[in-house]
Amino acid sequence: MSDPNGSPSPPATSSVFTTGTRIRVHESPAGAMTESTPDQPVSVASASAGVSDGEDADRAYESVITTRDLSVFYGSYQAVREVDMNFGKNRITAMIGPSGCGKSTVLRCFNRMNDLIAGARVEGTITYHGQDVYAPDVDTIEVRRRVGMVFQKPNPFPKSIYDNVAYGPRVNGWKVQSMDDVVEEALTRAALWDEVKDKLKESALALSGGQQQRLCIARCIAVQPDVILMDEPCASLDPIATSKIEDLMRELADDYTIIIVTHNMQQAARVSDRTAFFTADVDDDGVRHGRLVEMDWTKKIFTNPSDPRTEGYISGRFG
Amino acid sequence: MTITAPPTSPPSPVDPPLLKATGEPLRERAFKWMLWFCMAVGLITLVVLITYVLIKGWGRLDSRLIQNMPSSVLPETAGAQSAITGTLWLMTFTAIWSLPTGILAAIYLEEYADPNRWYNRAIEINVLNLAAVPSIVFGILGLAFISRGLGFGPTVLTGSITLALLVLPIVVIASREAIRAVPQSIRAGSLALGATHWQTIYRQVLPAAIPGIATGAILALSRAIGEAAPLLMLGVSFVRFNPDGLMSTFTALPVQIYNWTTEARPEYTDLAAAASVVLLVLLLAMNSVAIYIRNKTQRRW
Ligand SMILES: Nc1ncnc2c1ncn2[C@@H]1O[C@H](COP(=O)(O)OP(=O)(O)O)[C@@H](O)[C@H]1O
Ligand SMILES: [Mg+2]
Repeated sequence: MSDPNGSPSPPATSSVFTTGTRIRVHESPAGAMTESTPDQPVSVASASAGVSDGEDADRAYESVITTRDLSVFYGSYQAVREVDMNFGKNRITAMIGPSGCGKSTVLRCFNRMNDLIAGARVEGTITYHGQDVYAPDVDTIEVRRRVGMVFQKPNPFPKSIYDNVAYGPRVNGWKVQSMDDVVEEALTRAALWDEVKDKLKESALALSGGQQQRLCIARCIAVQPDVILMDEPCASLDPIATSKIEDLMRELADDYTIIIVTHNMQQAARVSDRTAFFTADVDDDGVRHGRLVEMDWTKKIFTNPSDPRTEGYISGRFG
Repeated sequence: MTITAPPTSPPSPVDPPLLKATGEPLRERAFKWMLWFCMAVGLITLVVLITYVLIKGWGRLDSRLIQNMPSSVLPETAGAQSAITGTLWLMTFTAIWSLPTGILAAIYLEEYADPNRWYNRAIEINVLNLAAVPSIVFGILGLAFISRGLGFGPTVLTGSITLALLVLPIVVIASREAIRAVPQSIRAGSLALGATHWQTIYRQVLPAAIPGIATGAILALSRAIGEAAPLLMLGVSFVRFNPDGLMSTFTALPVQIYNWTTEARPEYTDLAAAASVVLLVLLLAMNSVAIYIRNKTQRRW
């Protein structure tokens, strides 16, 4: 990994999407459209208008994942209703909203972890670089390798720290020149190397909660994903560990597209470039369905939201 | 509103709070004694049994037992060599047939089977029922289908297959429990890294389940090693040579012990006791292996 050109098997970070992709290109109209026109008001022009710090103005907005009319069902229960979103390359997008409004459900669609839940069903389209993630000929293994996931509760494997990080490259059958380098780089990237470099062979379960979560991030990075999904990654951590993870997210955004679910609005405001606000609507039959209220630049959402429900939630009036 | 304190309530705030123990409540003590009593019943029975067998068999617990072949005419020179080797052969092959089959069946039921399909539910109920079938029934099955049906006769092969079928449900049930105890988050973590279903099972679930599976395996083999009834049913009896292969006829310790206890002469009852001690030692050795494996692979999460 330290020398991507020398080791052919793992794809180099920069060429992940241009070479050797095993996801078949699915020429859907939705896919074609996302290349140029995201359906949210997020063109480069509006981006620079929406943010005042100018940080985003010089970066073109390129959508990596786009959803269109996304609905998710658990059996006959429609948990999420007709969501249209897009997630920009090398941006951090936060999904916020009250509990049970379907944030995790939507997140699990992006790497098809919902496939593991019996009865879960997806309608609408999700495209990843223009390819339909739910097309019948898509290899879910490849999806999950490109779209990594960090879970709410740190879930290191009951193995050594080293084996945790090396697990991804091993199961993907990579012939790396030096697994040690892969492990070191991933741990360094996850800001954990200095803390664990002397105990790589020790059990990962002996680490603190915050360290375990960073190990899970390192483990995810080691397979060189493109997108990292995080489902309330700090929910079980103390404030110091939380701020470390937040710093880490900002650094990782240089190379990865990050989508984070959080119930902590301050966190969304601190780390994210863009924010999607979800809520749960009650329909005529009294059933609650998750819905996207609005999605915009974080700054705009927190200072001047377009929807009164967003404003209500942000200002703590409900939820 | 005034609160009238019941007589047993804590002292009013005016009194200095008392920390002195007022003694264990009667109910607590009674419960503890009951637990002690139940444990003692089990323990005392075991100790009495072992002592009895040891005392009775002491005179015959010597090298004759493992060096000589059984004999029904000369109790002084009779040994149990063929029964010991027979039991070892039997256990080895019972393990070979039942453990991989049982563990793989458990993996199927836990990881692949859709519990909503009727045939998977049928399999599940069947496995549970099989565990409760008396061993003699398995003996009849072995006699009819393996010994006579397949024409294998009262051989090591027939005996080990019969015993393997007998303990298979135990292996399946214990392995399923062990597999189910592996947290779902471990599976999700593995799959999210691009591991396949089988890689996840092989690299995460099985290693984490080994302690439980080992315990189940030993429980199963401990049951098999003491079984006499199905073997008697198969026609396993007196043999004065060691088995030399799967198709060899044989005898086993429980069968030999049973045979000796039916002899009229008291020397043979002593011999049976001595052979029982050997059986107990084998059992203990097997349990130690299981405990060793369990401690070696103990995982926490
Ligand atoms: N595995 C599941 N099976 C059935 N219903 C589920 C499952 N997971 C979540 N739900 C339901 O879907 C809705 C959205 O849940 P979730 O996505 O976990 O919300 P959030 O992450 O926003 O708190 C909830 O009503 C929840 O009860
Ligand atoms: Mg959630």
